[in-house]
Amino acid sequence: MPDGGDAVLDVRGLKTVFRTRGGEVHAVNRVSFHLNRGELLGVVGESGSGKSVTMMSLIGLLPSPPAEVRAGEVWLGGRDILKISARDLREVRGAKVGFVFQDPMTSLNPVFQVGFQIMEPLIRHMGLSKDQARKRAVELLDLVGIPDASSRLDSYPHQFSGGMRQRVMIAIALACDPDVLIADEPTTALDVTIQAQILELVKELRQKLGMAIIWITHDLGVIAGIADRVMVMYGGQVVEHGPVKALFARPQHPYTRALLKTVPSLTGAREARLQVIEGQPPIMMEDPTSCPFAPRCAHAFLRCEEENPLRRAVDDKTLLKGHDVACHWEAVNG
Amino acid sequence: MLDASPAPLVKVRDLKMYFPIHTGVLRRHTGDVKAVDGVSFDIMAGETLGLVGESGCGKSTVGRALIRLYEPTAGEVEIAGDNILTLAPEALRKKRPQMQMVFQDPQASLNPRMTLAQIIGEPLIEHSGKTATDRLARIYELMDQVGLNRRFANRYPHEFSGGQRQRIGIARALALNPKFIVCDEPIAALDVSIQAQVVNLLEDLQDRLGLTYLFISHDLSMVRHIADRVAVMYLGRIAELSPRDALYAKPLHPYAEALLSAVPEPDPDREGSRQRIILKGDVPSPANPPKGCAFCTRCPKVMDICRTDRPALTEVEPGRQVACHLFPTTSAPAKSTSGGQYQLQQHGV
Repeated sequence: MPDGGDAVLDVRGLKTVFRTRGGEVHAVNRVSFHLNRGELLGVVGESGSGKSVTMMSLIGLLPSPPAEVRAGEVWLGGRDILKISARDLREVRGAKVGFVFQDPMTSLNPVFQVGFQIMEPLIRHMGLSKDQARKRAVELLDLVGIPDASSRLDSYPHQFSGGMRQRVMIAIALACDPDVLIADEPTTALDVTIQAQILELVKELRQKLGMAIIWITHDLGVIAGIADRVMVMYGGQVVEHGPVKALFARPQHPYTRALLKTVPSLTGAREARLQVIEGQPPIMMEDPTSCPFAPRCAHAFLRCEEENPLRRAVDDKTLLKGHDVACHWEAVNG
Repeated sequence: MLDASPAPLVKVRDLKMYFPIHTGVLRRHTGDVKAVDGVSFDIMAGETLGLVGESGCGKSTVGRALIRLYEPTAGEVEIAGDNILTLAPEALRKKRPQMQMVFQDPQASLNPRMTLAQIIGEPLIEHSGKTATDRLARIYELMDQVGLNRRFANRYPHEFSGGQRQRIGIARALALNPKFIVCDEPIAALDVSIQAQVVNLLEDLQDRLGLTYLFISHDLSMVRHIADRVAVMYLGRIAELSPRDALYAKPLHPYAEALLSAVPEPDPDREGSRQRIILKGDVPSPANPPKGCAFCTRCPKVMDICRTDRPALTEVEPGRQVACHLFPTTSAPAKSTSGGQYQLQQHGV
């Protein structure tokens, strides 16, 4: 594995395209990041920014065709999992990587009891007997805070509320003690008070299990509360990345800066008018040769049209280890 | 907000909307989902009242019942002098131009087989005697107002992005010069960077046209931005109705307090130090609400009386109404309009 270190997951230059009738859509472009042990990496972006597609392509969850992972390396447990067989990959999913999807209503199978759905990966991946799996399933439901766990195993998904279903999803994702948990907008479909419960649960679980988590969201508030590092995506690229405090205190990319300002604040002075980002997010119909944000950027100049900026470090750390930005413009921080 | 007349444009009294539950082979009426269970408030002319709460609390039902898209079970709704709930069908149809709605999902609320001009022009055909040329002129004027390019008039909804579709929905609502618009989660389906565009548009239109809004949302920070006063709903009832600044500075009802504390803020320093109130459990079913206070099953400050007696919405501070036993009832009854007038002087203008 490149440069060893603490990284449980190391993604290099990932590129995913979709073949559509209208041409190729370049959904993910040269995305690189790593995830350290016990760390929570927040991934922020709007719909279509490529954040979900990135995570799904790295564990081969995208249907191919139309999707095609065209380039890149994904190092997990000493192997590049883009190069392994479909059979091995199936072992990786579930056992090494757990996935929690956005919509707890549709990601559980309505015709099976939740107990069965939690036990299935345990029997399949860990080779437990049915009784052992059932015992472990009760532990897991306890862990995610579902009261009266042993009797709830025989309930069906529709007998749970949205928040409870998301807890069940987390239990399934945790079942085989994965190295990496990928949570794709896990609280977006939930109400704020229920979201607060789930966020609290995740903080607890991190302390107990020390797992590495990738948390995809469009909500900057959620990220500020739970992430160690943040990666901002736009037009299929990483536009800015850094430790959460540095990134919120000194955002470098015009997109990040504008995004932080479009959200009205809950405390402090009330803004007279919201700052807007004019225009629409792009659909990347070709391999980008210019900065994807340039058409909406207040600071864009000629070079932005001619050359897609590479990521550059903005602190004294090595590139990709500290705070970096993909932008030709240099932010002035007061 | 040019119109500073102190009279409320919208008066709602004890509005109830029950959806019947029929069970068994004979489909007997065995119960009701009490989606809205006795809601009263006023909205002043030119004011924006924010209506917040979690899914299932009845906030959208209030918005729909208010302009009689549902037939409410009981209550009174007065909009610009007419009692909406007793109007005869033809009179109600004549009243419709004054009260319009912007829906949550711009994808589902626009007919995919109609062009933009047809969508915006339909209310004009229905309610105004305009000729085709006048109608087209009005359609162009509306498209200008909401920031849609006139060249798009003959395109279909699927050719537009979510934010543009919401602009079409707003143009349609504006077509007949309404006084009052119910905005039912108008930004919930939009991306963060597009939300601000739509909210700014709604605010501009309010300034220019003197509109009155009921802004229904679950996004508490956006409601803080746009609303003058805010009503917090829980399980079909109003828990607290307060001027915006007072509510966000110090929520009085324990549910309002918990709700505000649950909203994550984009500030890592503050997020690290904040004490969050985590509510236990889920919202009870509106088909079988708890006896007494609706919030008693999850309230961190619950007392014995909360489980038996339902607290009434009463004025506890000038302009602030709370339905909670923690606040002793003062003399002023909740239904007086004096509170509303006070707020208009303080915050509405």
